[in-house]
Amino acid sequence: MNHSFDIDRASFRFVFFAIAAVCVFFLMFPSVIILILSFTGEETLRFPPPSWSMRWYTALLDATELQDALVLSFKVAVIATVSSVLLGVAAALGIARSNSGWARFLDMIFMSPLILPALAFGFAVLMMFSLLGYRPSLWTLSVGHTVVVVPFVLRTTLASLTQLDPAMLESSRSLGAGEIYTFRRITLPLISRGVMAGAFIAFMASFDNVPVSLFLQDARTQVLPIYLWDIINNQLDSRAASASGVLIILTIVLMVVMERLSGVSKFMR
Amino acid sequence: MTNRLALLLPKRGEWQLALPLALFFILFFIAPLLLLVVISFYNDQLMTTAGTGQYISFFSDGLNLTVLWETLLLGVKATALSLFMGYPLAWFAARAKGRTQAFFLFVVVLPILTSVVVRTFAWVVILGRQGLINKTLMALGLASEPVRLLFSELGVVIVLAQVQMPLMVLPLMTTLQRIDPNFADASNALGAGAWRTFFKVTLPLSMPGIIAGCILVYAACVTAFVTHTLIGGVRLLYMPLFIFQQAMDLQNWPFAAAISVVFMISVLLIIALLVMLSRSSRAQIYG
Repeated sequence: MNHSFDIDRASFRFVFFAIAAVCVFFLMFPSVIILILSFTGEETLRFPPPSWSMRWYTALLDATELQDALVLSFKVAVIATVSSVLLGVAAALGIARSNSGWARFLDMIFMSPLILPALAFGFAVLMMFSLLGYRPSLWTLSVGHTVVVVPFVLRTTLASLTQLDPAMLESSRSLGAGEIYTFRRITLPLISRGVMAGAFIAFMASFDNVPVSLFLQDARTQVLPIYLWDIINNQLDSRAASASGVLIILTIVLMVVMERLSGVSKFMR
Repeated sequence: MTNRLALLLPKRGEWQLALPLALFFILFFIAPLLLLVVISFYNDQLMTTAGTGQYISFFSDGLNLTVLWETLLLGVKATALSLFMGYPLAWFAARAKGRTQAFFLFVVVLPILTSVVVRTFAWVVILGRQGLINKTLMALGLASEPVRLLFSELGVVIVLAQVQMPLMVLPLMTTLQRIDPNFADASNALGAGAWRTFFKVTLPLSMPGIIAGCILVYAACVTAFVTHTLIGGVRLLYMPLFIFQQAMDLQNWPFAAAISVVFMISVLLIIALLVMLSRSSRAQIYG
């Protein structure tokens, strides 16, 4: 073999490594910038901050509008997560074992909110609700969110169902356990990681949704991402940085906890 | 496989379990979308006369077509950039083992879970006139005055590519990990260098992952309202903001519905094209 310096291999490695390194940097960079910026002592968001303080974090304690937005977003995310888990897990159980055309068709329909422009969907739901005489409320928001986050639950649950060893269920049945008992004691515990991962992703997706909320939130209370979008777009208030800082830290903590509980990152691939 | 799976669930009537979600989707997904189509066929804002007037007025105004074209093109640019940047990362991540791979996965997954508003907000600070990039450029003497990045198309493309990157890297990683390393080894043993092996062996074999990533990133980029508005500002108009303005500010539902339908169909057509590409690439490799 050739023992001299392999320029071809070296250049390939170098180029790939350089791009990947830039990529990792750019993935982390924005969150780091915001975390640093949230400790600014200034009114304006200059980077790097000329002086440091915790004042924008303490300012969050008095920001009632922001807190209202947070509470609303949290409520919607909880309702959307619970309903998408109930509907999505049942549907996954229903279509997992079937290879028939209708099961594939249903699967395609259930997954389509992922690729269809969510904004057009939000507008369509708004028109339907208002023609039926319903005003935008917590419930219209939750219904819209459920549709767009169901695919996440469906995908992770289906993934864990296909990994389930049928021999387990067979032995449970042959030992005389009923269908429901088998489901509760065997199937459910074995797919629980998939369900938890899906629920977590669904929760975060709902919490962060803007395109559907734009149309379905009522005029008085905004959801948190739209409230933040508003202040970033209009006044670039420094509280946007501290609120974002809180969100980043919460996301990291939740992610680490959920990684332990359900191995969530494996389900995202 | 079918037989193994057949044992998974209660034997009788398990398909009924999909009914609640099917019903939910008919009521709150299919019905609204059908209604959207119906409303788009009203000629006037009060919805009294039916007709194709909205579509005619959309397609007869060059400005509308420019907005549609710019939006679809924006998605192509951002997807291409995110593929170019994301591929090497996926390549390293797929070969990494143990803790290193866990680190890569964490780096890629964390941004998806972090709020898009928060991630885009960081870029407002970075790209602004007095932002990090302009300060650096001017300090290094590479630019004499601030470069316009915020409120420019270039800025939107960069931020979209970065914000949606994880959607590209994750399916790519999965595909790259499934490729038998013997293929690349064989190519090397037969005398092909690293670049040649990559372009002739690894890249074609990873086509399904590339297409899957491109579909997800493209769909996310064209409808990324937050990034379009915060980075593009009001002067760069893309379809999502256009629909929002027509629907909410002008309350012109039939026109907003018509442009929503045109937008959805265009996006679906592009995705269908990508799916067809992936089928033919699969046929080439395995056929």
